[in-house]
Amino acid sequence: MKIMLVDDSKTMRNIQKAVLAQLGHSDIVEACDGQDALSKVQAAKPDLLLVDWNMPNMDGLSFVKAFRQTNKATPIIMVTTEAEKGRVIEAIKAGVNNYVVKPFTPDLLSQRIQETLAKKAASAA
Amino acid sequence: MDPNYIKPFITSIQNVFSTMLQLPVSIGEPTIKSGQQPFDVSGIIGMSGDVTGSVVLSFPRDCAERVVALFCGQQVAFETSDFNDAIGELVNMVSGNAKALFPAGRKVSISCPSVVVGAKHSVARQSDVPCIQIPCGTDCGDFVIEIAIKSKPAADPAAATNAAASVKA
Repeated sequence: MKIMLVDDSKTMRNIQKAVLAQLGHSDIVEACDGQDALSKVQAAKPDLLLVDWNMPNMDGLSFVKAFRQTNKATPIIMVTTEAEKGRVIEAIKAGVNNYVVKPFTPDLLSQRIQETLAKKAASAA
Repeated sequence: MDPNYIKPFITSIQNVFSTMLQLPVSIGEPTIKSGQQPFDVSGIIGMSGDVTGSVVLSFPRDCAERVVALFCGQQVAFETSDFNDAIGELVNMVSGNAKALFPAGRKVSISCPSVVVGAKHSVARQSDVPCIQIPCGTDCGDFVIEIAIKSKPAADPAAATNAAASVKA
């Protein structure tokens, strides 16, 4: 399984990679903003994306909207400091499947990843 | 400055440091900043929308190095891009969480973080906005959060009343 991490913070991508490694996922593609992610996502064909909201060049919400124009199926988890209810609704409407507010514990991120992948597997069955 | 815009930062800084670093933070007495207190590392976030201004986390070098090591799970060399990235992400999380705790109905955006590194630097701000300085104590050393923000009056009086009620609750 390939997972794409889209976050302008290398520190945050490293934290997420450590959580994914504990879950047995090591095939990771990294992007530092929405624009970078758009340029890589077609070739990378990830099975899951973790996307930050506030990033330079192209924010996460704009990326999700652009990505969803051609890909409705690949699950996306928004991992962001944006915690207001209105922001969560905005993200879900744009096509986000799950939402994690920073700061998060490794357990919480693991749980969100596992439930998102389980839903994907159930819908594919 | 309305305390309803200061308390969220206290809650947020304790939440971020305890969740991501397992580091408890004791909060000192907030004061209005006067003069310049020099620091070695500062992470800065701008706020725009219904609340405008800046939020700065400032550290002495020793404290910053210990905090970043805890956050990253390893020692990170001072004055490297990885070190700056970690400081930027910390101020980003503190500010993002705080704005979610602002009185209801306030729409606020935060900028991408900037980081200033340099021995004994200080951060200048708009002179018409008072800056509240909150000392923070940890086992890694002491640092401060400086909040210089102002809120636009709520356009809808009913919304303002609801906001006040929600804060009291």
